[in-house]
Amino acid sequence: MDVAFIIETIAKIVVILLVFSALAGLGTYFERKVLAFMQRRLGPMHVGPFGLLQVAADGIKLFTKEDIIPQNVVKPIFKIAPVITAATAFMASAAIPFWPQFTAFGYTVHPIVADINVGILYVLGVMAIGLYGPLLGGMASANKWSLISAARSAAVFISYEVITGLSLLAPLMMVGSLSLVDINNYQVGGITHWIVWSQPVAFVLFWIAAFAETGRTPFHLVANDHEIIDGFGTEYSGMRWGLFFIGEYANMFFISFVIAIIFLGGFGDGTIAGAFQLLLKVAFFFFFFLWTRAAWPDVRPDQLMWLCWKVLMPIAVLNIVVTGIVMMF
Amino acid sequence: MFEAIAFYLFAALTIVMFTITVMTSQALYAITAMAAGMIFISAFFFILGADFLGAIQIIVYTGAVMALYAFGMMFFDTTRDVVEKRTNPQIVFVLGVLAAIMVVAIFVAPVVSNNIQALYPIQENIGNSQAVGMVLFTKYLVPFELAAVMLLVAMIGGIVLAGKKMDKSLTLMNEEDILSMDDGFEPQEGGH
Repeated sequence: MDVAFIIETIAKIVVILLVFSALAGLGTYFERKVLAFMQRRLGPMHVGPFGLLQVAADGIKLFTKEDIIPQNVVKPIFKIAPVITAATAFMASAAIPFWPQFTAFGYTVHPIVADINVGILYVLGVMAIGLYGPLLGGMASANKWSLISAARSAAVFISYEVITGLSLLAPLMMVGSLSLVDINNYQVGGITHWIVWSQPVAFVLFWIAAFAETGRTPFHLVANDHEIIDGFGTEYSGMRWGLFFIGEYANMFFISFVIAIIFLGGFGDGTIAGAFQLLLKVAFFFFFFLWTRAAWPDVRPDQLMWLCWKVLMPIAVLNIVVTGIVMMF
Repeated sequence: MFEAIAFYLFAALTIVMFTITVMTSQALYAITAMAAGMIFISAFFFILGADFLGAIQIIVYTGAVMALYAFGMMFFDTTRDVVEKRTNPQIVFVLGVLAAIMVVAIFVAPVVSNNIQALYPIQENIGNSQAVGMVLFTKYLVPFELAAVMLLVAMIGGIVLAGKKMDKSLTLMNEEDILSMDDGFEPQEGGH
């Protein structure tokens, strides 16, 4: 293991952290603007041109706010819970190929931190650990509403992990590899080779489950808005609350990358055009998260569980069985 | 060298985490430390090149098993310390030490007598998950299928135990109906 490798890896980690922290901030701006336009408003307008500096204003506000630790909370756990959410989101990104490999100044760069051969398992597994953020945060808060919200969000996350896992099994059976790079290379032949055409059911199931895994509307039970509190984050203030937010938005970007790579061909043959197509696909999926939030109300917890266990899971299992039969003959 | 550093780092972290799990009287510390310890164990699999087992360790133990423990913890007031009932600490200590020695002996004995052989060495052209699959579906097929049947039995049992009155939604009923449901409940009803 040489020094160049270590320096390269650290550089990649820093770049990913900086880019996606910034994108998480910008994501809140996009969300406000998109929601505003869909509701015939202007959204943030006053800070900077088109309200672009609103992100900076929010950042300054979050960083300089007093960090309140309420009485009766379990202090170390209360403090560490937001860090878990943000950290697991970024840890999961270690196995995502963000961009095809390219050569800059005679040096070939692989824009993936760790090209392990079980990439997708690692990404989903570590993303699933993100559930400890809301869970521990709610349980340590000494607040009944936080606790209820924590239990509810944990139930949602665990249930929908089943859907993500099962829906992915069918495409993985076709590809025969768990590496995201291999999955991308399987679809290298262009738009007709995309897995979405052979696995449309798995695509829709995974997409639905992605909303639950990131805790977005219509599955936004994580912070239940109609209780007029912020769910598990009720007792949090300042940057600790902001870390939950960064984790959520980073997760939205990373899951968009995962959907685009697995089902929509990823970066294709690795040319610049393919790379920018990947970014466009990710942008579409991110926009779709916001679009759904503007267009749909939240569903009730029991409807959510009904959808998971009585509709989506049987469909996912059927999809696997059908895929298996088709592959056998 | 990096492997050695990583090994000792994660070994120390794992031991510290599980020590906290055992020693603390605060339930939330215990569950957080145990979840973290499970993740640190996965580091050993990654160091050994067993990526698949490492990822599975994270998913199964931290993602699923610990999350179920966390659900169990919802029944406690987690912000208060757990008061343990220690009637006879000496016996607990002696039994604990004996059990620890026994576990260490069980794992060390084959290593000391050089009786451990790598029956399925890593092959260059085969990936990690493929190698696991081959062993699982050849040598260990029967235990694997038995475990699958056991899990299926457990799942059906769980559904049967928890599935009573599942066709009624408490959120959709008004208060009188919920209250009258308890005394008017007959085991035979529900077939419609």
